[in-house]
Amino acid sequence: MIRILIACLALMCWGQAGLALDLTLQEILQQNKNLVEKSSRKTIGPVIEEIAASNLSQAQGFLEAWGNKQVWQRRSDGLFFFGTEVAKRQYKLTDPDSGESVGEFTKKDLKQLKPNSGVRALIATALVLFQLSDPDPAKRAEALQAMERAPTAEHLAPLRLSIDNEQDADLKAHKSRLERLLTISFDPDTATRVAAIQSFEGDLGVDVRATLNPLVVTSMNITSGDLPTDENIARVIKPGSEDLSMPAAYDLLVARKLAPPATSTEDIRAALVAHIDGGQVAKISVAQLSDPEIRRQAYDRLAEQSLVPAFIGEEDIAKKLLGYTFYETFAETSVVVTDAAQAALSKIDLNVGMNQTLDLTLDAISLASIYFLAAIGLAITFGVMGVINMAHGEFIMMGAYTGYVVQQVIPNHTVSILVALPLAFAVTFAAGVVMERLVIRYLYNRPLETLLATFGISIALQQLAKNIFGTQARPLTAPGWLDGAWVMNDVVSISFIRIAIFILALIFLGVFLFIIKRTRLGLETRTVTQNPRMAASMGINPERVNMLTFGLGSGIAGVAGVAIGLFAKVTSEMGNDYIVQSFMTVVVGGVGNIWGALAGATMIGFLQKGIEWGNPSNTLAAQTYMIIFIIIFIQFRPRGIIALKGRAAGD
Amino acid sequence: MSTLLEVSGVSVSFDGFKAINNLSFQIADAELRAVIGPNGAGKTTFMDIVTGKTRPDEGRVIWGEKSVSLLRMSEAQIAREGIGRKFQKPTVFEGQTVRENFLMALKKDRGVLSVLLFRPSKADHEQVDALAEEVGLLAELDRLAGELSHGQKQWLEIGMLLAQEPRLLLVDEPAAGMTPEEREHTSKLLVQAAKTRAVVVVEHDMEFVRRLNCKVTVLHEGGVLAEGSLDHVTSNSAVIDVYLGR
Amino acid sequence: MRTSFIAKNPSVLVFLLALASFTIIVTILSEGFGIGVISTSFIKTLGKTLCLCLIAVAMDLVWGFAGILSLGHFAFFGLGGYMIGMWLMYERTRLIVTEALMQGQIPPTGSEVIDSIGSQIFGVVGSNEFPLIWTFADSLGLQLLLVVLLPGILALVFGWLAFRSRVTGVYLSILTQAMTLALALYLFQNDSGLRGNNGLSGLQNLPGVEAPQSIVSMWFFLASAMALGLGYSLAAWIVSGKLGSVLRGIRDNETRVRFLGYSVEGFKLAIFTLTACIAAIAGALYYPQAGIINPAEIVPIASIYLAVWVAIGGRGRLYGAVIGAGFVSLISTWFTGGQAPDIPLGFYTIRWVDWWLVLLGLSFVGVTLFAPKGIGGLFDLLKKKEGKA
Repeated sequence: MIRILIACLALMCWGQAGLALDLTLQEILQQNKNLVEKSSRKTIGPVIEEIAASNLSQAQGFLEAWGNKQVWQRRSDGLFFFGTEVAKRQYKLTDPDSGESVGEFTKKDLKQLKPNSGVRALIATALVLFQLSDPDPAKRAEALQAMERAPTAEHLAPLRLSIDNEQDADLKAHKSRLERLLTISFDPDTATRVAAIQSFEGDLGVDVRATLNPLVVTSMNITSGDLPTDENIARVIKPGSEDLSMPAAYDLLVARKLAPPATSTEDIRAALVAHIDGGQVAKISVAQLSDPEIRRQAYDRLAEQSLVPAFIGEEDIAKKLLGYTFYETFAETSVVVTDAAQAALSKIDLNVGMNQTLDLTLDAISLASIYFLAAIGLAITFGVMGVINMAHGEFIMMGAYTGYVVQQVIPNHTVSILVALPLAFAVTFAAGVVMERLVIRYLYNRPLETLLATFGISIALQQLAKNIFGTQARPLTAPGWLDGAWVMNDVVSISFIRIAIFILALIFLGVFLFIIKRTRLGLETRTVTQNPRMAASMGINPERVNMLTFGLGSGIAGVAGVAIGLFAKVTSEMGNDYIVQSFMTVVVGGVGNIWGALAGATMIGFLQKGIEWGNPSNTLAAQTYMIIFIIIFIQFRPRGIIALKGRAAGD
Repeated sequence: MSTLLEVSGVSVSFDGFKAINNLSFQIADAELRAVIGPNGAGKTTFMDIVTGKTRPDEGRVIWGEKSVSLLRMSEAQIAREGIGRKFQKPTVFEGQTVRENFLMALKKDRGVLSVLLFRPSKADHEQVDALAEEVGLLAELDRLAGELSHGQKQWLEIGMLLAQEPRLLLVDEPAAGMTPEEREHTSKLLVQAAKTRAVVVVEHDMEFVRRLNCKVTVLHEGGVLAEGSLDHVTSNSAVIDVYLGR
Repeated sequence: MRTSFIAKNPSVLVFLLALASFTIIVTILSEGFGIGVISTSFIKTLGKTLCLCLIAVAMDLVWGFAGILSLGHFAFFGLGGYMIGMWLMYERTRLIVTEALMQGQIPPTGSEVIDSIGSQIFGVVGSNEFPLIWTFADSLGLQLLLVVLLPGILALVFGWLAFRSRVTGVYLSILTQAMTLALALYLFQNDSGLRGNNGLSGLQNLPGVEAPQSIVSMWFFLASAMALGLGYSLAAWIVSGKLGSVLRGIRDNETRVRFLGYSVEGFKLAIFTLTACIAAIAGALYYPQAGIINPAEIVPIASIYLAVWVAIGGRGRLYGAVIGAGFVSLISTWFTGGQAPDIPLGFYTIRWVDWWLVLLGLSFVGVTLFAPKGIGGLFDLLKKKEGKA
């Protein structure tokens, strides 16, 4: 350990002149010839340190070559060289100090240095220390990462020493954090370790938990007498409790050869089969053995004849278990350290929990944005106009395929998305207008017929898309700058694409409010939906307004399709995934009101994430429970969260 | 005459607009009453409250000798208690024959099973015939209700109400859109009906109200403005201001 | 009373006669009982079609007459199939397993048999324990009861919730669609207890029956025909009486019916539940002929197709529903089965497998717009012409 410190001190001073030792690599090697030739982990340490401390620029390269088994010894004079194979059994040697070639030799004249894994580990450590003080900050960072991957006790001292001279602030912070982590794991002094543990209270880093968790790992122990006093005991477990069932406890006894195995029904069966004698087992006919009681009788008879081990059942197990105490011990022997680690972990868990809640909230908001995007078109056609459009999902699909086609033509993803958004609006707007003109306008005030007719359109469009684009999913690739995520800490992160969708949802909300509240079309739409006859008598053409409003709703569905296509697969059936949720969003939120759609989307988004959190393995179940919840919710607020009251709500 | 229906201190508002404001109203057995008032006075909302379609924010609605509250009951329960309602627009089942319309309205057990097993007896058919004769639809019994004229539909609806044998009849603008002869017939029907039960008629047409020759209640802004004979209320200056004087 | 019912509803007699003659002709032409012109697989198709006609009758009752556009009746159909499928699968596995275990050196105990059945049935979803819903799978009687009971209770609970809060019209349709989706998603899970998306299979084999499929298929065909006849008569009887009047009243003007003193919710609930039970019985007859049932059968779109059949056939008239379901489902089988000839256009060949759904969707729009009475409406035209002639 001391020698390592010296080596490190030497490394620290690497850049400063005048402290060089005057030996060449070859001289150092020759001085320690015996140790090098028969290198072992126990003895080679000083040699490696001397090389490392030699302040020779070739030292690092030599250590690397040594570790890679590229160093050869010439049998004739015992000198060491780098060797490279030039032909079969023919090696070119170069001098480690000068780097000059000394000629080619056959293998029988040479002896390869083959450091074993222990020695290679020492070499690697030495190399890491080299890198830790490397003039190139990138190399230093690399070294730190290498240490993080495989921390050892040997890393601790040099790391501490390298902190003070570290110029780069980030690296310095990194080094000191790693130093504290290594202290927790490897420092011999308990108080120092506890202090280091306490310094991490509430830290969210995965590395902290990875360091602390091994400290509180427990292993199960069994004793027949009193609890030992020299072990760090976590807790005593009673067999038959929730954490340890009786059979499991007994299995532990069996595994430690403290008890004979329990007799299972399979054991009985096997024993009986093994002792069939002329259609009988212990004088009981085989035909009777379909009854478990009789099987047991036969087994007991066999046991009496000592042909099989005596039967051990539940009672025997319970009796046997009374004689033993089960307890868990920490691998870490210091009680103070394990207590501190547990305290720190529980504080971290609390903090992690809070941050997970935040993360979940962000997830829920982004899911709500998606639902809102999917539903906003419906909020116009269904909510405001009262037209139920089962092909709404197919408009979303149409928008997504528009995006896909645009990307086939324009390879630049940023440009193609910017083109696709308005184009998708135009395409679905047109489709919506055509549908309104050809079908829906004949069916106003006949909602069930509208439902069925638009459903017919929905299956036709779906199949049409399948015929054109095939059944496999088509990609709609987001621009590169939307890749990646905004990482707040090791727990909370949100991908840029979700942020983008959230922003898009906000824009949609703004645009929608603007159109409905501030434009002529919005005014006319509200007029026509409230009283078409009166609107007509005021010179508003209800047909035109209906057409444009429906087109608008459809167009927005198309734009939503592009957005949804960016993170979901574009298939001909993607509309199915959103149609029910969209309707639920509008219905739950309250019909006829954009804030209703927003409230509905928020509620459903949060609800689904909440249920998924409660039951993380199963998103299918989450959707099931969510729908059931919605059905029950409608019991209490049949008109949705934001309900229009009184006569205006209609009957 | 005992009180059949008592509405007291009832208020209801929609989005801040007080449609009914501290309204009190009473009607006795076998009484004919006309309710008049300008648009928005709360006439229809008043009927909605009595028949259970709208729940009031406050107040009481007490029914019958046993003084049961109607506020907790569903529309169907209230109808079964004996309150019949005729809507402004004639609402009969146009896809079914006049006879089927009558049969549906006949006072019988309304449970699902008894409806399923119900087959009209001879007495039922005779009762339908009598009702049809009373409202003047005997010749139309096997026609679809949708094929009837506007006035005939109104009568069918009144006939259906009578078939329910209600103790209180609420009739919303029965004479709207009728020819003078049809009006005459309608007013006779109502006066006749009021001999055996209470009848409340909401009507705009003063001529029609005069023909009913009964006590009149004037509603205004959700409350009772005046009550009394038609001559009495029409001479009331407040009534003239808000309603007749326009 | 019965004579008067038939006399008042001659269409019922016509229908029953037509169904009977169809059944007799098919029986004569069948492989199992007749001269073998119709293949066993086509007998199964016909039998399945009869079951679809039965559920269409139920759909017509609830939608065409009571005005409740349920997009969930196929879920009840599927549940009925699952209930009978559980017994078929359990019993067949039990016979196979018992026989295999009997080959062993000592006879199996009861729990060994059950464990073995469990791992046979649920091994595919990584389990060998019997879920709770399989409690009665060993009893044909109880499972048959469940065919009606489980969908019935589901319909009752759902309907009670929905009708109580006065959810009507398209809202109700959407809600029923959501219910169907929830059920399908639930069944898709591996731990739903019904083998996830593997579903139940091998249902065409009647346990303990040695008869070949040609015979078994005829049994089911005849049972389906009988069920359709009974279901149709029941539905016709219901709608011919005062209940039919009230239901049509609810369809046309719910509020008015309420003010006549009928508790509309109760009637809706009754008809919703009754039709759910009919649908479940149809499903219980359908899936043994199909041989396999999985959650994909239950997805909302299936129920919407059901509405499509009824609408194309003509809702509000029972024979319309039968015609619609029979016609559309058979023609769909023909087109999507690849039997329909392709139409070469020179630059493009119309392959019906690809284009049939487009045609169906558009023709559905056409029917809604131009022939709201459906195919059944043609009969009205014929009647009118006769009347004039």
